Amino acid sequence: MIVRHARSLRWNTCASAAIAVAGLALLCGGCAVLDGPVLDPKGPIALTERNLLFKAVAIMMIVIIPVFIMAVVFTRYFRGTNRKARYTPNFDFYWPAEIVVWSIPAAIVVWLALHLWANTYKLDPYTPIDPSMKPVQVQAIAQDWKWLFVYPEHDIAVVNELAMPVGTPVSITITSDTVMNSLVIPALGGQIYAMAGMQTRLNLLADETGKFWGRNVQYSGTGFANQQFQTLSQTKEDFDAWVEKAKQSGKALDAATYEKLAKPSEKVPVTYYSGVEPGLFDRIISKYSHGDSDRMPHHSNAETTE
Amino acid sequence: MDIFGRLTLESLPFYSVIAASGAAVTVLGGLAVVGAITYFGAWRMVMTQWVSSVDHKKIGIMYIMLALVMLLRGFVDAAMMRSQQAIALNNEGYLPPDHFDQIFSSHGTIMIFFMAMPFLSGLANLIVPQQIGSRDVAFPFMNSVSLWLTTAGAGLMLISLVVGKFSTAGWTGYPPYSGVEYTPGVGVDYWLWMVFIAGFGTTMTGINFLVTIFKCRAPGMTMFRLPLFTWTMFITSVLIIFAFPALTVACGMLILDRNFGFHFFTNGMGGNMMNYINLFWLWGHPEVYILILPAFGVFSEVVSVFSQKRLFGYISLVCATIAIGLLSFTVWLHHFFTMGSSARVNSFFGTMTTIISVPTGVKVFDWLLTMYRGRIIFKPPMLFTIGFLVTFVIGGLSGVLLALPPIDYMMHNTTFLVAHFHNMIIPGVLFGYLAGYMYWFPKAFGFKLNERWGTISFWCWIIGFYIAFMPLYVLGLLGMPRRMEHYEIAAWQPHLIAAWVGAFIIMLGLIALAVQLVVSVRERKQALDLTGDPWNGRSLEWATSSPAAPYNFAVLPKVESREAWWDMKQRGVAYRRPEKYEDIVMPKNTYAGLVIGVAGGVFGFAAIWWMWWLAFSALAVIVGTIIYRASDDDDEFVMTASEVKAIEDARFAQLAKAPKNEMADEPGFAGEAAPEPAT
Repeated sequence: MIVRHARSLRWNTCASAAIAVAGLALLCGGCAVLDGPVLDPKGPIALTERNLLFKAVAIMMIVIIPVFIMAVVFTRYFRGTNRKARYTPNFDFYWPAEIVVWSIPAAIVVWLALHLWANTYKLDPYTPIDPSMKPVQVQAIAQDWKWLFVYPEHDIAVVNELAMPVGTPVSITITSDTVMNSLVIPALGGQIYAMAGMQTRLNLLADETGKFWGRNVQYSGTGFANQQFQTLSQTKEDFDAWVEKAKQSGKALDAATYEKLAKPSEKVPVTYYSGVEPGLFDRIISKYSHGDSDRMPHHSNAETTE
Repeated sequence: MDIFGRLTLESLPFYSVIAASGAAVTVLGGLAVVGAITYFGAWRMVMTQWVSSVDHKKIGIMYIMLALVMLLRGFVDAAMMRSQQAIALNNEGYLPPDHFDQIFSSHGTIMIFFMAMPFLSGLANLIVPQQIGSRDVAFPFMNSVSLWLTTAGAGLMLISLVVGKFSTAGWTGYPPYSGVEYTPGVGVDYWLWMVFIAGFGTTMTGINFLVTIFKCRAPGMTMFRLPLFTWTMFITSVLIIFAFPALTVACGMLILDRNFGFHFFTNGMGGNMMNYINLFWLWGHPEVYILILPAFGVFSEVVSVFSQKRLFGYISLVCATIAIGLLSFTVWLHHFFTMGSSARVNSFFGTMTTIISVPTGVKVFDWLLTMYRGRIIFKPPMLFTIGFLVTFVIGGLSGVLLALPPIDYMMHNTTFLVAHFHNMIIPGVLFGYLAGYMYWFPKAFGFKLNERWGTISFWCWIIGFYIAFMPLYVLGLLGMPRRMEHYEIAAWQPHLIAAWVGAFIIMLGLIALAVQLVVSVRERKQALDLTGDPWNGRSLEWATSSPAAPYNFAVLPKVESREAWWDMKQRGVAYRRPEKYEDIVMPKNTYAGLVIGVAGGVFGFAAIWWMWWLAFSALAVIVGTIIYRASDDDDEFVMTASEVKAIEDARFAQLAKAPKNEMADEPGFAGEAAPEPAT
């Protein structure tokens, strides 16, 4: 009997310890994420994405919390040694229970699906954020292991730095001059892949000024960890000054300079170019469509044709 | 030196101390096994009774041995990654990027293809024929070929540690990165060929079990009397048959790209990497369910037996299994919502994914309701089941979040995703397999595993899991991408250190598993399973002796109820001696399966290193062996009625000495199957 008692004691102790550890971990984690980029967004896209996250977690608690309670209560109360508990060894079917366990998750899924459709359309990275505003056009080119951002309207280009005026939508068209990459600025919104020979799009907007990190998150080789950049969300005046600074750089991004830049390199410092080879972005897409007459550079497979 | 293809002395891992030590451990481990077999004079037994065996129970045991060895190897990779990330804030850590990238690639490859898959095949082999009251699987020889092809793949995995470098393209091998233009060398070829070869073995396992469950059931064992584990293996077999060809084709095309100048998935020349990604996940998502459904089956068996109660909602659980199986083919695109599909496409696949959570949720509730008004006995398999129930729903929650495309845009490629799928695969798949391992171990070896060490292992696993993976959820919300070999954001480090501590606790869990095995073998005399029914079980595998006779059932059982064995015990017809025995036709042991496996491994190695003469020779050996085997009419032998009688007499003599019910001493024991069940 002593042995048995010791065993049940250990079970209690271990379970309590486990719950305590889990709670502590949740607490620590909970505090830490509050100022992380996902839960503390700086733009409307990321904010809506976060709110959807909160809503979905909340609705699913309808299922999760009963599971936790049942798991704890049932394992405690219906332990074999508790002879007071009712024991019905042949209880294996009960219509009301079946209806509940199928219908409640199904109802939650219906709720989720409605929100999913609405938000997937609303937050489609290809959709312009505010049709009434003219977005800043940026062309992003993934290279090993850096990002080149071309501002065709301003005839400038910059390596590893993305500047944008606060409150103005930015429309980024994306391609890759190497393997598959994925462009993300967590504080502003979700990611989209960058693929050679194809063009993808990301529409973002920053509500606040500040510096937010962005990077490639699709593993792309040995320099992957270093493939990051700063996003500068600036006032209109600061942004204009930034454009002016780039224009003063005196370095032009012609074909030869581009070839040199595109070679694999890591930790490339922010570099400004003034005067970009016309049609550079399209040229990089089309250089991979050799032998593929079906694929038009502007309407590649990754481009939606809605 | 054309004869060695592109294999040179530089392929040996003397360029790095860590790589060289990994190779040394692998080589010494191999030598230790050979030495041990020699020391114990066991070569004869190993050769005649094991590697040449076509007995599904022995094949099952060999599969599980392979899985446990690979689990260890995969864990070492995990520990190395956790250690690197714990220290690599603003510094390079101790692993250069090239090495770190090989480690995360091999970790995933090993855990999916050479830990989980063999574990699953092993449990199925061990149990399914016995659960359906069959003497064997439908194709015993093909079963042996499956085992040895899987082992050949695992062998290539281990060899890649010693000769050449492994892939750095991750376990998914996405092109164009995995193409020859960006990743020359043998690494990706190792990955491709091992997956390709092992994939053939798995496909054959799927075919074998589908046919076995369809055609080899005992009289009266209708589909809706099948135990849940068999049901899940049935659906898993269907999924294997439909899903694995997609992987084989994707790998085959990438092999052509890399080695023969094709352009299926290259950047230029008309290639398109998106086709690979679709094909890969067309296999990859059903694969998730291939892995987890049998684990669900184990949980269903365990929760019923250790709650000493009928399984709640059998029909619901079966329907849910079928629903998951069908839906698993409709969701693959959720692995790449961020590849630029339209909102319409993403919404469809997102919705299908959330729908899968319905049958899964139903299962969770049915297991909980099985415990309701039961008398729960907390044996290690049951602990793993309870741990699974609580932990799995957290993974389900994060899974549904990732199924919402807008959230996936945020969380894709972050450690949130890593935490999510580990949350499904460790508590879901691995806990299930470990529960199955501890639950069915007595059936395989005739003695029970030590409970104390099993319990310790469970607590280490579950506490370690929480500490290792909850921080990864947090890191995902902090934006940390997966596969970072160093980083510059200081806020990430505390969580990575916590994850490292968790990995350390999981290591204690692994050590406890090893200790459990050693202690159990040494103290087996105190834990013998004399009746063949150590847990007061309900399904037919407990009707055989432990370990079961080569033919499983001397007389095929007549099934009259869903809980066939429990029903027999209730009706008082269990352990009844038949009036007479009959001759039993058995398949003969053969080396042909081993030869095909070894030749398959040699073929893979030769193809990786471009030793084409050797590759073609190995291929010729495979074809020759198949022709030889196919034309060999002398592949069966008859076990005579008197031989059967001798074995069965010994079994009944043992039963006479055995306690009436091995669970009767349990404090929580609720009583045995009696004609009038107490309610």
